[in-house]
Amino acid sequence: MNRCVRHAAAFCALLFLALLGNALRVQVVRAAGYDANPANRRADIALYGQRRGDIVVGGTPVTGSRLTGGQLRYVRAYADGPLYAPVTGFASQTYGASLLEGTENGLLDGSDPALGDQPLWRGMTRARQRGGDVLTTIDPAAQRAAFQGLAGRRGAVAALDPSTGRILALVSSPSYDPSVLAGAGPSVTAAWQRLNGDPEQPMLDRAIRQSYPPGSTFKVVTAAAALESGEVDDLRAPTDSPDPYRLPGTTVSLTNEGDGCRNASVYDAFRFSCNTVFAKLGADLGARPVVAQAERFGFNDGGLRLPPAVARSAVDEWMSRDQVALSSIGQFDTTATPLQMAMVASAVGDGGRLMTPYLVDRVVNHDGVTVSSTRPRLLRQAVSGRTAAALQQLMEAVVTRGTGTNAAIPGVVVGGKTGTAQHGLANTGTPYAWFVSYARTPGADRASVAVAVVVEDAAAVRADISGGGNAAPIARAVMEAVLRDGAAGLIPSG
Amino acid sequence: MSATSATAPPPPGALPPGRPRGDGLPRPAARRGVELFLLVAAVGICAYGYAEVGVAHDGAVPKDVAAYGGGLGALALLAHLAVRLRARYADPLLLPVAVLLNGLGLVLVYRLDLEPVLGPRACPAQLVWSAVGVALFTVAVLALRDHRVLARYAYVSVTAALALLLAPIAFPAVNGARIWIRAAGLSFQPGEFAKVLLAVFFAGYLSANRAALAYAGRPVPGLRRLQLPTGRVLGPVLAVWLASVGVLVLEQDLGTSLLFFCLFVVVLYVATGRTGWIAVGLLLAGAGAAAVGADEPHVHARVEDWLHPFASIGAGRGPSQLAQSLFAFGDGGVLGAGLGRGASYLVGFAAKSDFVLATAGEELGLAGLCALLALYALLVARGFTAALATRDPFGRLLAVGLASILALQVFVVTGGVMDLIPLTGMAMPFLAQGGSSVVTNWLIVALLIRISDRARRPEPELPELPELPELREPQLPLPGPPPTPPASADAKANANANADRDRNRDGDGDGDAAGTGGGPGTAGR
Repeated sequence: MNRCVRHAAAFCALLFLALLGNALRVQVVRAAGYDANPANRRADIALYGQRRGDIVVGGTPVTGSRLTGGQLRYVRAYADGPLYAPVTGFASQTYGASLLEGTENGLLDGSDPALGDQPLWRGMTRARQRGGDVLTTIDPAAQRAAFQGLAGRRGAVAALDPSTGRILALVSSPSYDPSVLAGAGPSVTAAWQRLNGDPEQPMLDRAIRQSYPPGSTFKVVTAAAALESGEVDDLRAPTDSPDPYRLPGTTVSLTNEGDGCRNASVYDAFRFSCNTVFAKLGADLGARPVVAQAERFGFNDGGLRLPPAVARSAVDEWMSRDQVALSSIGQFDTTATPLQMAMVASAVGDGGRLMTPYLVDRVVNHDGVTVSSTRPRLLRQAVSGRTAAALQQLMEAVVTRGTGTNAAIPGVVVGGKTGTAQHGLANTGTPYAWFVSYARTPGADRASVAVAVVVEDAAAVRADISGGGNAAPIARAVMEAVLRDGAAGLIPSG
Repeated sequence: MSATSATAPPPPGALPPGRPRGDGLPRPAARRGVELFLLVAAVGICAYGYAEVGVAHDGAVPKDVAAYGGGLGALALLAHLAVRLRARYADPLLLPVAVLLNGLGLVLVYRLDLEPVLGPRACPAQLVWSAVGVALFTVAVLALRDHRVLARYAYVSVTAALALLLAPIAFPAVNGARIWIRAAGLSFQPGEFAKVLLAVFFAGYLSANRAALAYAGRPVPGLRRLQLPTGRVLGPVLAVWLASVGVLVLEQDLGTSLLFFCLFVVVLYVATGRTGWIAVGLLLAGAGAAAVGADEPHVHARVEDWLHPFASIGAGRGPSQLAQSLFAFGDGGVLGAGLGRGASYLVGFAAKSDFVLATAGEELGLAGLCALLALYALLVARGFTAALATRDPFGRLLAVGLASILALQVFVVTGGVMDLIPLTGMAMPFLAQGGSSVVTNWLIVALLIRISDRARRPEPELPELPELPELREPQLPLPGPPPTPPASADAKANANANADRDRNRDGDGDGDAAGTGGGPGTAGR
């Protein structure tokens, strides 16, 4: 009988051994697969079980975390959603994240090892790393001025600090409140569908993700190419340009909005935005110098990251002479993002130096220790200092005695360029009104702010003549905001 | 483990007290001090777990941690005093392990009570039931001076067991199983009690009739090794067993059915020593499983879920309970997420009862799960140790039965929630929420305490009880030869020899006890 008792005991021991082996299988061998199963909500529960780090503008967080009371404890909240949406993007439990929320996601949610202090210890205790904060370069006053200036009209504003490349404002209008996408559930799904189906495209970040025909603002690039190549030496010398100008090899005649462009000097042609003069200048230069100059300003580069990706601004590389002529006045296939045109103005205002634009000043971990910070970097010498000085003369004349008088700020040197871009089939689309400018305090040799504004406005064609009717005041308001803040946009990081 | 040497079974030969034994071994100590020390440790561990849940959830130690520890400690002390008073020589490990398991069960249920999704709190009721269980344990230890008395009630228990099993048919099913009796706001699972009663019956009946079962019978023509036992010996057992299993199939409680079945085979094998019974048992089991599996949609679904635990995800219905349970175990990994820091509430409504192990696995990890399984293995092993050490066949069979019940329950539940075998609704002893289960398991521990006390008692036994008249099958309507006495002179000599050999291989019993290996060197016997 005892023998049989032992057998029974051995049988029970076998049962326990089977359980132990199976536990090893489930908890060790298969565990990774179970964790990765999309139906397993634990990753989300852990992710949203703690506050997400914040995106900070001018020392104040513009994001937050809201307790849901549900299974996913925290949900993203936005203090001033529509205003900062082109900077923050959205962070949604349903649809992922975009813009800064997307590119800095690992730092904000705590999963980036760069935040970590003791990865091994954390691995053992499973304590999740707290999210870090992202400190942006945005100047809240400039951002607000741009947003209020657009006042809900379709358009965008990008502002830079020319000497560092810090982005001071990125505004897109109409905007949306990312809060409505933050959570999960039917209301979020409905909001997503509504925003994506809206013909006004509120979720489009027009400042960096939309490229427009730059219109006459591209004449800055054409003038730069002409000066750099030596095609134009004396700004005041009359040019040999007919009005109207027949595009070479075609029967198409180009006209101007105003008078006095026939054989006008580059100086006057720039002040009054003469299409004929710059089209002929471009045609005489040929494609290569114009394209090369545009590329030195940042065109045809799809690799720019702020860290959010910037849409490529394009100039065709292979063009016939008539196409070059059209491109030189910002028509044909030439397109530019507002940020790209702000970079052009900023290079001119900073003596030809084009700094790499950046949006993230620093990332700090939960304890406030800096994890990474951005140093200003020279992207390229876009034009020589001499050319830059000539271009400054041209642009400042636009504001003092040209089409851009609406951008003038008393006691400040402002250089700018107006632009109108017609587009669509037979130019039936609502025209874009452009204004690019920079401002510097008298006596300073470097500009403290550069702005590009684009507004979709039916009256833009006439406004271009009447002094940048819609876009220039917005640019002025943004520049004033930056200058009033004084040092806010001038403190070099690091 | 310091208790090792003390657990070597003493020889069954009754020696006058105080005289040195022939093999020079000292008389076994009562070891109640060890038990008390282990009880303090067990209560401490549970209180610590309780505090840890509070810290994880609220960031502070709960204010009533002292009350909780004190309450558990008071229960443990009560049980300990009963053992000290009436079962001085009982195995010192049984009670601390039971207290530790019960306390950990309370901690897990308390932890799950913090999740509002899982419905109303269950911990207070569970605490009351634990107190009832300990009270029953105390009463049993105090009142039952000799477990052999139970043998007289073999037929009474089987009648009661069948009545209990039949009772829930009159009540509505819960979650597909008719295993509940509801009365006065309390629900009660009679199947739990029936386990103990059936173990008592099997032990009583088989200890009285094992010789007949082993040796009586007609040889099968052509197969000289095989002998069929006579119908009148086998009949009652088979009838009882079939009745119980039939009832369970009606009630759709597969776990308990499987448990009874295995219990029956194990006890029958131990009683008769005939491996043929195992083969017969396996055949019957296969046939029964095939029949039930083919007919019952409930069962069929369980088997499908076992084979494809994630099928529901692919079908877009979200993860099943079993899938959620596996996710929880997987999340636990080796070290666990920590008490109160897991998400095992995702399992859903059964998280406190059938799937309580998922919480243990997620929050205590593989390490904690192994520790829990080791505790159960220890309980089972001490049951078998008591069986080996005890001198009477009834006690031996009863201890084997009770230990097997524990082992089988642990296997069926753990295997079910970890996808080793199909899932069957059954409660994890001491751990799961459920009053009937806790009370029954305390009763099992009480019986094991009693048996081990009788086995390890050094002073001369009470005079051997004569053949109990009740065991002469007066109730059986079948005429037949009286069963052979349970312990012939030969058998006794054998037992002596066995016991001596066991003692000389000191510690061996503990070795397999802890589940570290198969049977000891039984080969060639």
